[in-house]
Amino acid sequence: MDVETGNDDAEKGRPIGRRVFLGTMGLGISSLLWGDTAWRAIGDAMAPLVRAVPAAVRDALPSPADGWRIYAVNPPFPEFDAATWRLTVAGLVGEPASLSLDELKQLPRSEQVSDFHCVTGWSVPDVRWTGVRLSDLLARVTPDARARALSFVSLEEPYVDTLTLRQASLPDVMLAYGMDGRPLTREHGAPVRVVMPRMYGYKGVKWLARIDVTDVVAPGYWEQRGYDRDAWVGRSNGYS
Amino acid sequence: MTATPGWAGRMATPSAGRATSVALRPRFGATERTLHWIHAAGFTAMLATGLVLYLPALSGLGGRPLVKALHLGSAVAWGLGLALVALLGDHAALRATRRQVERLDGDDLRWLRGSRAPQGRFNAGQKLHTVLQAAFAALLIVSGALLWLGERNTSFQLSGTVPLHDGATFVTVALVLGHLFLALVWRPTRPALRGIVRGSVDAAWANRHHAKWARDDAPGPRRRRPTRRRLGLAAVVALVGLIALGSFVRDAAAAPDESGAALLYPR
Repeated sequence: MDVETGNDDAEKGRPIGRRVFLGTMGLGISSLLWGDTAWRAIGDAMAPLVRAVPAAVRDALPSPADGWRIYAVNPPFPEFDAATWRLTVAGLVGEPASLSLDELKQLPRSEQVSDFHCVTGWSVPDVRWTGVRLSDLLARVTPDARARALSFVSLEEPYVDTLTLRQASLPDVMLAYGMDGRPLTREHGAPVRVVMPRMYGYKGVKWLARIDVTDVVAPGYWEQRGYDRDAWVGRSNGYS
Repeated sequence: MTATPGWAGRMATPSAGRATSVALRPRFGATERTLHWIHAAGFTAMLATGLVLYLPALSGLGGRPLVKALHLGSAVAWGLGLALVALLGDHAALRATRRQVERLDGDDLRWLRGSRAPQGRFNAGQKLHTVLQAAFAALLIVSGALLWLGERNTSFQLSGTVPLHDGATFVTVALVLGHLFLALVWRPTRPALRGIVRGSVDAAWANRHHAKWARDDAPGPRRRRPTRRRLGLAAVVALVGLIALGSFVRDAAAAPDESGAALLYPR
């Protein structure tokens, strides 16, 4: 036991401070199990309030991005010029295409709600994507018989990733230009990004500039650095 | 705004010369002050780098791998600093502070309810603030360590880790803003700042705000020199800490073009 008694009121009183400390720690540690559920419930409860804030104000404020973690391999984020931006589709196709954003938007428009999973362990549930099904775009450019894969090249050099033609033809693979009812923002890959809900987010190339149709599946940016090429959610990259 | 006399007279003539008759009372020893400023510096560094990692609007500032390495590096440096203070600092003073902070007496409870009960060296608000800061710092370290481990082994990934790290940050920032307001802006409490910067406070102010402590004449605990064993332990801790710090810096220098390091920063 301590022998010093100098100038304090310490011997008196109840160990309330210690209890507050232990209680906070207990609550905090246990929240590793329930915190996610609680956080989402709070987010849902706050949603009407957030929507009440004018969009211009919302955009101007730095916000924690609703559960998103935004990464860039070559910051700052690319900026696209609506006047000059083109999505080029080239390679082993019958009809190469070079589409402006307006032309892309004239393709059949589709919408879906899907979950987004990052390989580092965070997820954003129920993202509402608006855009073009990749299969609709492919039907327009008509890949030839040798075509096996697509390389998605980003404005953010040197980012690139790939999908096999079969993976790209799954019904929920999209090129999205809208997210949660608004145009895709710069940090989410404006003007257009790849959405592949069944794979981890690094397959969803942002700031899309070009699609190369090829006969070999080239490794993408992170695949060159050890990640799985077929990045199925829950069945790749050490998850089982 | 008009000010109440007492302290106002003194605030109005701050440069009345060094040899004024303002009586001072020592409040914080070197150990406590060092501890406070290491904590403050670590918090500031981790908050600044953390915000760059967290807010998309700031993500253009510096490469993410570098900022992340700085974030982790400041956590290691902070922990190293605290460990060294714990090993080499004035143990008697640290123990006394801990006991004072973790116990609340009847006057403290009355003070919390808004009555003007006399307070000891720490008032009840300061006690609770200290306790909560300590708890949330510990939670930030736990959740931060889990984030770091989760990047290496998926079995460390828990759904609540990110909410805990974020939530603890919000609470801590709110606490710190209140703390800064009382220390730098709010006039009645501002004289306390001198105590954490230079060690002593105006005795008259102490009399009004910390009456039980101010009128207690018992000398503070005597400081003893660190033992050889403590010194040896401190050297080991310093070495381990510096090695850890070095490995984070190496990570930062290597990423994102070397495969091993790049694994830490996926998209």
